[in-house]
Amino acid sequence: MVEIQSYLILSAITFIIGVVGVLARRNAIIVFMSIELMLNSVNLTLVAFSAYLGDTTGQMLVFFVMTVAAAEAAVGLAIVIALFRNKQTVNIDDINILKW
Amino acid sequence: MNNYLTDFWQATPIVSLAIFALLTLIVDAAGKDKPVLSYWMSLIGIVVAAGFSVASLGASTPLFNTMLAQGGYSSYCNLIFLGSAFLCIVLSRNYLERLQYHRGEFYVLIILATVGMMLMAAALDLMIIFLGIELMSICLYVLAGFIRKKEKANESSLKYFLLGAFATGFLLYGIALIYGTAGTTNLALIGKSFPQLSHNSLFMIGAGMLIVAFSFKVAAVPFHMWAPDVYEGSPTTISAFMSTGAKAAAFAVFVSVFIRTFDIGGTKLSDVLAIIAAVSMIVGNVTAIAQNNLKRMLAYSSIAHAGYMLSGIAAGNIEGETGILFYLSAYVFMNIGAFGIISWMEQQDDKKLTFDDYAGLSSQHPAVAALMAIFMFSLAGIPPFAGFFGKYYVFLAAVKAGMTWLAIIGVLTSLISVYYYLRLVVLMYFRDGQASIEEKVSAPAMAAISCAALFLIVLGLYPSLVVDIAKGFFKI
Repeated sequence: MVEIQSYLILSAITFIIGVVGVLARRNAIIVFMSIELMLNSVNLTLVAFSAYLGDTTGQMLVFFVMTVAAAEAAVGLAIVIALFRNKQTVNIDDINILKW
Repeated sequence: MNNYLTDFWQATPIVSLAIFALLTLIVDAAGKDKPVLSYWMSLIGIVVAAGFSVASLGASTPLFNTMLAQGGYSSYCNLIFLGSAFLCIVLSRNYLERLQYHRGEFYVLIILATVGMMLMAAALDLMIIFLGIELMSICLYVLAGFIRKKEKANESSLKYFLLGAFATGFLLYGIALIYGTAGTTNLALIGKSFPQLSHNSLFMIGAGMLIVAFSFKVAAVPFHMWAPDVYEGSPTTISAFMSTGAKAAAFAVFVSVFIRTFDIGGTKLSDVLAIIAAVSMIVGNVTAIAQNNLKRMLAYSSIAHAGYMLSGIAAGNIEGETGILFYLSAYVFMNIGAFGIISWMEQQDDKKLTFDDYAGLSSQHPAVAALMAIFMFSLAGIPPFAGFFGKYYVFLAAVKAGMTWLAIIGVLTSLISVYYYLRLVVLMYFRDGQASIEEKVSAPAMAAISCAALFLIVLGLYPSLVVDIAKGFFKI
């Protein structure tokens, strides 16, 4: 039996890796992958709590998170493609007509 | 055992609007190039949903195993969102035709975003808040980049998307931590155990993450970076929708989580929110002075308005709640009015968006200039317009909660804001210039904007109309 602390620490670490990825990487696709990493670390937290509490709400929420993340990915990639068609780049530093 | 089918019959505003959204989508997909049909269907859907909301203004009942609240507070918020969506749709038709981007799905997305907002206001569970926020945000990401061939629009929608999804990560982590410490996602149950939970550091981290995510949605400093860029790059009518409807929905959630559930008055969370409010007011108003593009100016002004309203949340008392509801009712109409007039003036390729383009507008189009002046006076908070009482109520709430310093900052920064709002009025009335609207403004758009202005004056003269209704929601 693995203690709940281990799961929480693991998911906190992956969440922080995701946050750092969003802030540090310059490629829009990689930034987006980092965001997905954040969402998945949340899923891990939810499942861990759900098992610990013996309550199914957390697992239900995980399904919602996965569905929403899929919808978000569809829209996000479409936006990246629309941008790429106009600018031939997905580098965030080159996307600077508007002041960031 | 509950019968969920009867719950569907009771949640009429949300269900009817969702059905209209899907019907509009089907009709739009079946008929070729008839966006006008979608336009009318979405307007009818909004009117129907508004009718159901008015009918259920009285009492509030929990539905779907206390997932959603139907009626009362949520119905009132629905009316604010529906008003914003209605005005946005009426204004968009001409605007999109001019840009040659008139498509039926535009209206469907607006309606679906409105359904998301209504879910946010009705939520009694953190899960529904999450779903509502996402439904609204995903539609808005698409709408922000709707003018697909324009680089600025692509850029604004990418920025909005990346930062919005980033904020979603924080929202979810906050929900997960609250769920883990409280053992439930139900707001009422969390509220009951809040006094013990507020000593649990993991729970407080979770609550802090919710503050981050919601502050992002209302565009409060330091999570406001996206707002000026996104409002500038998006279609003007969508900027209007985002700065009114989306912001109002985020505030509705703020009120239902932080005041109605946590009852934060006097806790550490309220201090954090007070600081965010103060910084938003200062940064928003000071930066707005330096702007020359009107859409950017309104973006910074909307950051400042988020600060004013947050002082009501930080106060955390009943005056704060009613003050925010009143403020939102006024703010939605004055801001959408200002953006609407900008959308009439705007020309292809983002021309005619600066202050100087408005010089001498009053001699060419006296009615339009007068309407713009009303919106600017109201935004500046000059009586007798509704904006004044909005500020008055939230600052009064802050004083009653013992945060006099916050109210003083609010009043001082409002004085700063008078400068940039009145600058536009001075340009329109006292400078000679060639300002003109080349295409004729359509009658429905003119009527809608005039109604918004009339509403502001009525609300400013009889603020008790709204305050009495709002007070009824918060009596315990």
